[in-house]
Amino acid sequence: MLPFLLKRISTMILTALCLTFVVFYLTNLPPNLEKLAKSEAGSRITDDEVASWLERNGYASPMILRYGEWLGVVPGWTTADADGTVVAGRCIEKGQDPATAARFCGILQGDWGVSSVFKDDVSKIIGVRLTLTGILMFWVMVTMVPVSLLIGILAGMREGSRLDRSLSTFSISTAATPEYVSGVILIAIFASSITGLKWFKGSAASAMDGITFENFFLPVLTIALYGVGQVARMTRASMAEVMTAQYIRTARLKGVSFANVVIKHALRNALIAPFTVIMLLFPWLLNGVVIVETLFSYKGFGWTLVSAAGNNDIELLLGCSVVAVFVVLITQLISDIGYVFLNPRIRIS
Amino acid sequence: MSKPDYDGPILEIENLSISFFTRLREIPAVMDFSCTVQPGEAMGLVGESGCGKSTVALAVMRDLGKNGRIVGGTIKFKGRDLTTMSEEELREIRGSEIAMIYQEPMASLNPAMKIGQQLMEVPMIHEGVSKEEAYDRALEVVTDVRLPDPERILKSYPHQLSGGQQQRIVIAMALMSKPALLILDEPTTALDVTVEAAVVDLVKDLGKKYGTSMLFISHNLGLVLEVCNRLCVMYSGEAVETGSIKDVFDKMQHPYTQALFRSIPLPGADKNARPLVAIPGNFPLPHERPNGCNFGPRCDYFQAGRCDAGDIPMFPVEGHDRHDTRCLKVAEIDWNAPLVAAKTTEKAPIGDVVLKMDDLRKYYEVSANALFGGSTKVVKANETLSFEAHEGETLAIVGESGCGKSTFAKVLMGLETATSGQILLHNHEIQSTPIQERSTETVSSVQMVFQNPFDTLNPSMTVGRQIIRALEIFGQGNSDEERHERMLELLDLVKLPRAFAERMPRQLSGGQKQRVGIARAFAGGAKIVVADEPVSALDVSVQAAVTDLLMEIQRENRTTLLFISHDLSIVRYLSDRVMVMYLGHVVELGSTDQVFAPPYHPYTEALLSAVPIADTHVEKKRIVLEGDIPSAMNPPPGCPFQTRCRWKSKVPGGLCEKEVPPFRTLAAGHQVKCHLSDEELASMEPVIKIAAE
Amino acid sequence: MQDLGWSGILIGILKNFLPVWISLVVLFAVSIRYKRRLGLYGKLFDSPIAMIGFALVMFWVFTAIFADLIATHDPLSQISQMKNKLPGTVQPDGVNWYLLGGDHLGRDVFSRVVEGSRIVVQIAPLATLFAFMVGVSLGLPAGYYGGRLDTFLSFLANLILAFPVILLFYLLVTPEIVETGMPQYMALVLFLFPIAFLMVLVNSRYYVVPEFRTKVLLVIGVIGGYLYLSLVGEVGTKVAVLPNALDLIHVPGNILIVFVSVVFVNSPTVFRIIRGIVLDIKTRDYVSAAQTRGERPWYIMLWEILPNARGPLIVDFCLRIGYTTILLGTLGFFGLGLSPESPDWGSTINAGRKLITIAPHPAIVPALALMSLVLGLNLLADGLREESLRD
Repeated sequence: MLPFLLKRISTMILTALCLTFVVFYLTNLPPNLEKLAKSEAGSRITDDEVASWLERNGYASPMILRYGEWLGVVPGWTTADADGTVVAGRCIEKGQDPATAARFCGILQGDWGVSSVFKDDVSKIIGVRLTLTGILMFWVMVTMVPVSLLIGILAGMREGSRLDRSLSTFSISTAATPEYVSGVILIAIFASSITGLKWFKGSAASAMDGITFENFFLPVLTIALYGVGQVARMTRASMAEVMTAQYIRTARLKGVSFANVVIKHALRNALIAPFTVIMLLFPWLLNGVVIVETLFSYKGFGWTLVSAAGNNDIELLLGCSVVAVFVVLITQLISDIGYVFLNPRIRIS
Repeated sequence: MSKPDYDGPILEIENLSISFFTRLREIPAVMDFSCTVQPGEAMGLVGESGCGKSTVALAVMRDLGKNGRIVGGTIKFKGRDLTTMSEEELREIRGSEIAMIYQEPMASLNPAMKIGQQLMEVPMIHEGVSKEEAYDRALEVVTDVRLPDPERILKSYPHQLSGGQQQRIVIAMALMSKPALLILDEPTTALDVTVEAAVVDLVKDLGKKYGTSMLFISHNLGLVLEVCNRLCVMYSGEAVETGSIKDVFDKMQHPYTQALFRSIPLPGADKNARPLVAIPGNFPLPHERPNGCNFGPRCDYFQAGRCDAGDIPMFPVEGHDRHDTRCLKVAEIDWNAPLVAAKTTEKAPIGDVVLKMDDLRKYYEVSANALFGGSTKVVKANETLSFEAHEGETLAIVGESGCGKSTFAKVLMGLETATSGQILLHNHEIQSTPIQERSTETVSSVQMVFQNPFDTLNPSMTVGRQIIRALEIFGQGNSDEERHERMLELLDLVKLPRAFAERMPRQLSGGQKQRVGIARAFAGGAKIVVADEPVSALDVSVQAAVTDLLMEIQRENRTTLLFISHDLSIVRYLSDRVMVMYLGHVVELGSTDQVFAPPYHPYTEALLSAVPIADTHVEKKRIVLEGDIPSAMNPPPGCPFQTRCRWKSKVPGGLCEKEVPPFRTLAAGHQVKCHLSDEELASMEPVIKIAAE
Repeated sequence: MQDLGWSGILIGILKNFLPVWISLVVLFAVSIRYKRRLGLYGKLFDSPIAMIGFALVMFWVFTAIFADLIATHDPLSQISQMKNKLPGTVQPDGVNWYLLGGDHLGRDVFSRVVEGSRIVVQIAPLATLFAFMVGVSLGLPAGYYGGRLDTFLSFLANLILAFPVILLFYLLVTPEIVETGMPQYMALVLFLFPIAFLMVLVNSRYYVVPEFRTKVLLVIGVIGGYLYLSLVGEVGTKVAVLPNALDLIHVPGNILIVFVSVVFVNSPTVFRIIRGIVLDIKTRDYVSAAQTRGERPWYIMLWEILPNARGPLIVDFCLRIGYTTILLGTLGFFGLGLSPESPDWGSTINAGRKLITIAPHPAIVPALALMSLVLGLNLLADGLREESLRD
């Protein structure tokens, strides 16, 4: 098990490095930097002034070096005045004595930089936003997982039955409805003046202070619906396949009752595939989160990501990307490990 | 819950008819089927694939699936009609009174459940016993099926056991509630011959010990002879003949039974002097059955206007005990008339050496654990392989799974390169030339016929196109027209109608596909053909025809045939020389007569004893090998066969466990890899004796 | 003239879609008549599910074809009095109705949805096709050869898959990126795959008949190369090869980047599917037979393995067009790539959502349109899967 974990984790770190570099590269392209310089030093500055601003703020060195600085494996940039004393640098905060500043200050040292829009530490912003999104995700999982597994199992245990037909139609429909469609429809039905129902709120802004059923139900439902479709279809396929397996026939012909065939013999084998799918669905849920947070103005992680990207807030966007990439990679790792544990065939061989 | 006493027949099937319903039509699978199984009796159900024998078994279990339905007749189990029982009643009978054992042991065990749980479940459901009692029962039954270390077995998962062990567990599971009737559906097809022999032995013994009646379904007449008291021969959904083993085997009363026996290689058959007689034509598809006798169109005794007039009932045979046949002309046919010998042929002369292997070795490096990485291991797939093959000769390569015969074929074909040693093809070294670097001539002169007919042709390309492609690659013909013409000739060669060129593979039967495979192999005028179990997946009646075809083409083209097989009957029938392999080693090499007569290598001896022979006159010595074939990943030290060898004690000093024996020459051209002394070898008795009539 | 009631609106819509109804009826009548001769396509008409799905998909395809006939207004023209007006409202000049109301700028929602179908129906299948070309061209060798190549390509695929799609879009589909010419460079690579694919396909089979092979390769090279240069290059951008007079296809930079990103996001999944299928099929005897007669690897991959993988691939193709439609909508929803004026469904939903609690129809209509198309594709895929498993 240990070599497997080591191998997986080293692949994961390599993937993370590659991905963060790509993000770093794409956010630090010359046009982005020019935009940054203009927004920091005034929008009317000349090209030469842009260049010198970039130089003074450490953006002139080669991309790969700057990536290293950001990561914290290359010493942070410094600028010295004419007589050689260091006056500014990546690791030197305003008013700090350059001599006491650390040499390295990247994300490895826990220094995520400062958001140019919110004027606050990126790590702090992300911490707050991620908590909000965590709450949302928690409720999404709580509703989505049991519902989708139940639908999938009920539909798959008797393939082709009327129950299967109706549940499958339901899951296909929800899988065909992306969050921005279902969200819009749900708001129009349950929160607009047209139907007059107004059961729930069309905005989850108030949920940031206190969650109520009224302000949180629609966003959770919107994300969960799409996921339910995906997971239920997967579970159904897996369940239907298991139900035709020879060992299910063996169990049936041993005289095991249908309920016990499903619960004792089929379930564990049928849940291996959906488990991996649920885990791999996280990148997808992240999408949903971004859409739903935008749609319902819930200022969580997804909303932050969108605003960082829209405002050319490079440090914040980089921070968001690191988190997003790690969430995806860690769920992949969990999915791999879980697959091994659920499947005795692989575990012991 | 006690089982009621009952002393009538265990199973009585009367005029049973079963149909499957598809969107388009009703397909009758079994028609007017009757049979009776008395207590303690073992009934064999024999027939080719698609004849409906498994459907009968499933009907007894009332598990025909969504589309299958019993459309007529009754199935009485201990006097109660199963066809009218409710689900509830059926569940009480299933597993406790009737148990079933299937073809694929691995597939019939739940991969995510421990063996113990799966076994204990049976008495817990049916008899409501406690967990402890169920565990004790499981332990007892696992011991009964002769598995070593039962406690460990109960704690393991199915995939941790070998195929043979899994099948024993399936048998144990069936016996957990001491059922009155045991249905075995081809229980040994997936197993190696020596393992099969041990399982069959076990089934027989346990049947006696538990007093269980059996319904034994098989396509192998030899196996039925070993296990059953009575049998029922099925053809295309009908029982055609039923009676005691002795009557049906020796005094058969139906043309199909007769044709079946004539098409299987029994001792005494010979490819030149007494060739097999293939049954002409093809098995009818269920919706294309002829009027009257289903076997009519393929029958030698067919009489138009009479045999195809209407449905034919079963007729009892006078003077025999419960012996029935579905033939109108039973009284008119002279059943003892000697077979009008089909054309006999001269033995083809053997030519020069065309292929020589010298000390060939092929080792693989595999990581011990695919998922978790870890240390690599060397698998010795082929060890010191040396032999010669002559022009026009058939050299059989015999062995069970893991013996290295497929690796050898791959190295010869150039799909893999040898680790060391030499392969000389017409005196050219080819052992380290991969196929991409071989000349077209070399490639086209060494070709292969594959095992699985359903896999050998590309399903999305027409038959003609596939043969033409081979011609293109082998540089045959100068234009598309020439190649098309040549393709039609090849179809003629394998005796397929020219119209087949336009067909897709799915429209062909297994035997026909195999013929196309043969045509494709001979497209470039192959001089050496490796036939990897070319007929083992075919039905008995088709096997003879395909074998015949191979022999005929070989005789005309003077091809060297390397015939890979595990079936010693067919090997004896068609090969000139035999090479026996075990775990990558050649253990015996010699002419067919030498290998099939003592002195044997101990493994050859066991193999001979294990092969079921469908002849009541043959007396076999029973040699049951202990355990399973060791894994090639983890071979035993010393002689590869020492873990299962019954002669091991005759070799002094534990030599077998220390050293790989040398290859010794016993007689001209007869070599054996064994430590046994000459005296011990000389003391061996023949395994197969043919009793005088 | 009066404002229309619900039944009036319904009749009006049905009437406007007349060309679509006629086409659908003709298509279905012909297909059902000859379904036994049409192979897998014909089998669709045995399954009600597949038929419903197919009808939904074809409805939008025909709508896209006849969009100019169906649309009642110009999708961009604004009538200020019609802002956020309810469905069925009469125009101020009294000659026509806004069947499904007006949006926040006073444009006709109905016409915008109809015109918007064009964008989806053009881009989604084409982008999916390209993604398949890329996925197939890389997945085949990865599965067939295995080893280092496989490790490397699989790593790359997983890399892209680990990238949250939205983040990728936000990074790729920006004016700054278009300015750097990156989409065109990516297009340079991605669009090369179909040409290479076709050439290898022909060469692997016909290298035994050199004259024929050379002719076909030349034709593919010339036509494909011209289309390639014309598609990728654009005068006045970083990649300008052909002069304007010869440049046949003009793709605006922002559409190109949308197209490229969608292909980029889809191909790793296709790669994984193909790779899995190849791993299964390559153990078959007919592949061994091809190997033992000395066939070259690309022949085996393209002619022995690929045709036998078509079942699952066709099913996935349908599903993936649906997925691509969703992705295009996502892009529109975030206002990425396509111009805000564009009538595509995603952008329209985005524009409409701001006033959703007051006037939901500008957002609801395109939402339902998008949903019905994706649903149709999913149903079609399901039906296809069921039908191809039968027999």
